[in-house]
Amino acid sequence: MPDAAEDWPDQIYALLKEHDIRQVALVPDAGHSRLIKRCLADNDIKVVTLTTEEEGIGMLFGAWLGGEKGVLLMQSSGVGNCINMLSVPIAHRTPLPMIVTMRGDYGEFNPFQVPMGNATQQVLEAMGTLVKRADAPEDVAPTVNATLRMAFNTYRPTATLIGQRVIGAKTFGK
Amino acid sequence: MTTMRTGPTGKLLRRDVVAELLRDRGGLLAIGGLGAPAWDITAAGDAPENLPLWGGMGGAAMMGLGLALAQPSRPVAVITGDGEMLMGIGSLATIAVQRPRNLAIVVLDNEHYGETGMQETATRHGVDLVAMARGAGIGECRLVKTAEEVTALRDALHAGAGPLFATIKIDEAPVPLVLPPREAAILQARMREAIMGKAAHLQ
Repeated sequence: MPDAAEDWPDQIYALLKEHDIRQVALVPDAGHSRLIKRCLADNDIKVVTLTTEEEGIGMLFGAWLGGEKGVLLMQSSGVGNCINMLSVPIAHRTPLPMIVTMRGDYGEFNPFQVPMGNATQQVLEAMGTLVKRADAPEDVAPTVNATLRMAFNTYRPTATLIGQRVIGAKTFGK
Repeated sequence: MTTMRTGPTGKLLRRDVVAELLRDRGGLLAIGGLGAPAWDITAAGDAPENLPLWGGMGGAAMMGLGLALAQPSRPVAVITGDGEMLMGIGSLATIAVQRPRNLAIVVLDNEHYGETGMQETATRHGVDLVAMARGAGIGECRLVKTAEEVTALRDALHAGAGPLFATIKIDEAPVPLVLPPREAAILQARMREAIMGKAAHLQ
């Protein structure tokens, strides 16, 4: 049994393959770096780096129009960039799974990360997204699986928030 | 070829331009950006291959990218306005990096926010969307002002000669609303069915 404390990004990658995810839209986050490397190495997954996270919501709506499944990877601060664009999957009733790595959540060093990190879940829920949290490494894979299943089976935005307790707080050497 | 008239400004009329772009459209998929372009593609003939947007301002070009990547053998045209394109201008960089051959982004530029009282957009003050697209790295970028150039653009986007970006300078006079269905679940489901057949509803 692989060690979940280290291998949760690989477990997410395995779930993306199991769910036949073909488009991965992202603004990079350190917490997602291992998963991003796995996706980039996979010729069956189109990895698209965005200039802002809301682009990913449009892109994955287009992907679904064309019959491909996708997922949006971002940091909690990026959720704030997505708010109005979430009206697109809600009004069209289309799947939008999001996997969010948290900042400003547990032991944060950077003051600017706290306001959005503290509001991430409320903001997503205010915009009709089903949100589940994973605060222990062994919870990440089952939570992401639930997020993917609920998005594609019930046609709506869904999100897994991966807590800073899982990722570790960036300390800037302090 | 569609007869393309000009308005009081001497610029082409938007409805004639869009009718020409979508003439004999075959398998062409069209996304109409929020506001007048959504009504324009509807006026050209409401069809399942049209996705007119009632919202998501700034998102049309990226929707085109996702669709073009998912359906690489079908031409995809995003037809949107200058205000909508300006709101999602960063997506030109994202799209340029992906180089989708089957994607064309066409901006109907009347230099105004037409749905909110005709306030001026940045293009009214010299902001050059074609230069911005070229700067992003989109290989084929055109400024279109004449009927002949519209027809050449139509032929290029149907041929899948993308990624392609074009700004068409159009007359600013408002035209009658031609509204598509407002239930967006129908809009997506009908396009999916047009592409994938009934199996789309069982994915």
